[in-house]
Amino acid sequence: MENMKRDKTVHTGVCHLLLATLALALPVAVAAGPSGQAMSFTCAGCHGTDGSSVGPSMPAIAGMDPEVFVDAMQAYRQDERNASIMNRIAKGYTDEQLKEMAWFFASQRLRLFPQTYDAALAEQGARLHEEYCEKCHEKGGRPGDAGTLAGQWMPYLHYSMEDFLSGKRKWPRKMKRKVDAAIEKAGDTAIPALVNYYGSHR
Amino acid sequence: MTNLNRRTFIRAAGAAAALGTLGFPSLVLGASRRVVVVGGGVGGCTAAKYLRKLDSSIAVTLIESKPAYTSCFMSNEVLSGERTLQSLTFGYDGLRRYGIDVLQDTVVGIDPEKRQVQTAGGRAFDYDACVVSPGIGFKWDAIEGYDEEVANELIPHAWNAGPQTELLRSQIEAMPEGGHVIIVAPADPFKCPPGPYERASQIAHYCKHHKPKAKITILDAKDAFSKQGLYIEGWTKLYGYGTDNSMIQWVSAAGGGAVEALDPSTRTLTGLVEDFQGDVINIIPPQKAGAIAFAADLVDGDWCPVDKRTFESSRHKGIYVLGDASSAATMPKSAYAANSQAKVAAAAIVAGFQGKASDDPTFVNTCYSVVGEDFGISVAAVYRLNAETNTIESIPGSGGVSPANASPEIRKREVSYAHSWFKNVINDMME
Repeated sequence: MENMKRDKTVHTGVCHLLLATLALALPVAVAAGPSGQAMSFTCAGCHGTDGSSVGPSMPAIAGMDPEVFVDAMQAYRQDERNASIMNRIAKGYTDEQLKEMAWFFASQRLRLFPQTYDAALAEQGARLHEEYCEKCHEKGGRPGDAGTLAGQWMPYLHYSMEDFLSGKRKWPRKMKRKVDAAIEKAGDTAIPALVNYYGSHR
Repeated sequence: MTNLNRRTFIRAAGAAAALGTLGFPSLVLGASRRVVVVGGGVGGCTAAKYLRKLDSSIAVTLIESKPAYTSCFMSNEVLSGERTLQSLTFGYDGLRRYGIDVLQDTVVGIDPEKRQVQTAGGRAFDYDACVVSPGIGFKWDAIEGYDEEVANELIPHAWNAGPQTELLRSQIEAMPEGGHVIIVAPADPFKCPPGPYERASQIAHYCKHHKPKAKITILDAKDAFSKQGLYIEGWTKLYGYGTDNSMIQWVSAAGGGAVEALDPSTRTLTGLVEDFQGDVINIIPPQKAGAIAFAADLVDGDWCPVDKRTFESSRHKGIYVLGDASSAATMPKSAYAANSQAKVAAAAIVAGFQGKASDDPTFVNTCYSVVGEDFGISVAAVYRLNAETNTIESIPGSGGVSPANASPEIRKREVSYAHSWFKNVINDMME
C-alpha cells in the first residue's frame, strides 16, 4: 500500500519532468518581470522553504496540484475565500504569475512533519473518509486534484472546515452533501475525526 | 477535455518559466566562487542558505560574533511572560548542514579593492561577493543622559533581543502593584515599526493579569504609527483605551511625547512640555546601520544605499547590503523584508557568477503583532522594482493591514498565524 503511493508520486514526478523537457524544446519568449521561482521564494516565510510549512496554522503547499493552487489564489484575489492575509497578498499577482508559482510548488517535494493526534478519532476518521471523502480526495487525501489533506497541518484543516460549515467558503461540487452526510452519521465528532485522520499521516 | 488542456497549459507555461531560472552551477565555468556573509541575522542566514540552494558549488562562509541567534521578533512575548528568551534562540548547525562554514568572529573591515574581509580575530577572508547584513546600531547622542552603559545596567532598550530583554522583564515583574512603565519610541525609520506598540500591548497583557492598576505610557517622537487604527481597536477592547481607566496611554510628538533627556537615577524623562517619571523605563533610541557598515564605508548618512534590483551597495561593487542596515524604502525594516531581500541578492549574486543579467526582483513583507489574548493583527505587502527611480514600490491594490473590526475569530486566528509565521521564518532562514 505504501509502495503504491510512492509509485504514484514517482510517476507524477516523471510526468512533470517530461512536460518540462517538452517545454524546453519550444521557443520561449523572454519573460518580463520576476521569475516564478523568485516569486515562490517570497512565500517561504509563511509557508516554509519550498512550500513545506513547519507552522501548524499555515498549510503546506509543496506538491500542490497547480490547478488547485491557481483556483485558490484567484478566489483569494477576488475576496471569495475567507482570509486574514492571503487575499491581500494574492492581489499582488497576475494570472500568469500565479501559474508560474503553481508550477513551482507543484514540482516541490512535500515534506510532512509528525503531529500529535488522537488515535481513536483518527481511526473513526479513516472510516468516515473511506465512506464520504475518498472518491474525490483519493489515496487518503494525498496531494492531487482536490488539494492536500493527508499530513496537512491539523489547525489549518480545522480552520478550513469551520469556513465551509459557516458559509464563509464556497463548497466544491458535492462536498457539502458528503460532509452533511458524515456529520449526520457521526455527529459533532465527524470533523475532528477526519482532521485527526489526515493529521495522522506521515 | 477542457480541464486537461487547461492543466497541460499551466504545467507547460510553468515549466518554461521555472527552467528559465535554472542555470548550471558556476563551478563548470571555473574555480569555486567564494561568498563571505557578514552577520548571522535574518538577512545573512537567508542569503547564505539560498546561495547554497541555488548553486551548491559556491563556498559560503558566514561570520557572526555571537554563538547563536536570538530573534528580536516575538521577543515582546518574553516581556509578557508568554515565552522565554530561550525559545527565541537558535544555533547555526542548520546552516552548517547546508555546507556553510559558520564562524564565530567579528568582522572589523572590508576591503572592496582586494575583495577581502578582516576579522577581530586577525583572520582575512577573500571573496568574490560579500553580503553584509549587520542589523542596527544606536544613535547614543540623541537623548542626553542615555548611553550604552545605562542601557545595559539600568534602562534597557531591549531593541536587540538578549540580556536587556530579560532585564526589562525582571524590572516589570519587580515594579510595584500600581507601577508606571514608560516606553520611549523613536522617529522613523527604525527597526520593526509596529514593535514599540506591540511591546506596550504585551506589557499591558502581563499587567492586566498580575498588576491591574499599572499604567503604560508611550512617549512618541512621531504623530502616527504603524497599524495605529488596529492597535487602538485592540487596546480599546482589551485595556480600556480611551477611558479614564486606560492601562495604555500614547503621547504623540505634537502632544509633548518627544523626549530630550534622561536622569537615570530618578528615572525621569525630560520632554519638551513636561517631565515624566516612571518605575520602569524602556528607551528605544533612534537607529542607524550596524557598526561594520560605517567601518566599511557603506553608508550615506545613517543607512546603506543599494541598487534595488540586486541589493548591491551603491558605494562599493561586489558588496550586497541586506535587511535593517539597507536603505530599502518603501520596505520596512522587518525580518520578513530582510528574508525577502536576501533571496533577491542571492539570485543576483548567482546570476552574476554565471555572467547573466539578474531577473526583475520581487519582494514580500508580512508582519504580525500580538496585541493581547486572541487579538492578532498583520500587515502585508507585495513589492516590485521601479527601475526608473530605483525604488521599491508596493503593487497597487495589494497588501495593507488587517481589516478594521474583523470578527473575533479572525483576530484569534491571526495570533496563531503569528506563531506559525515565526516558525516558518526561522526555519526558512536557518534550517
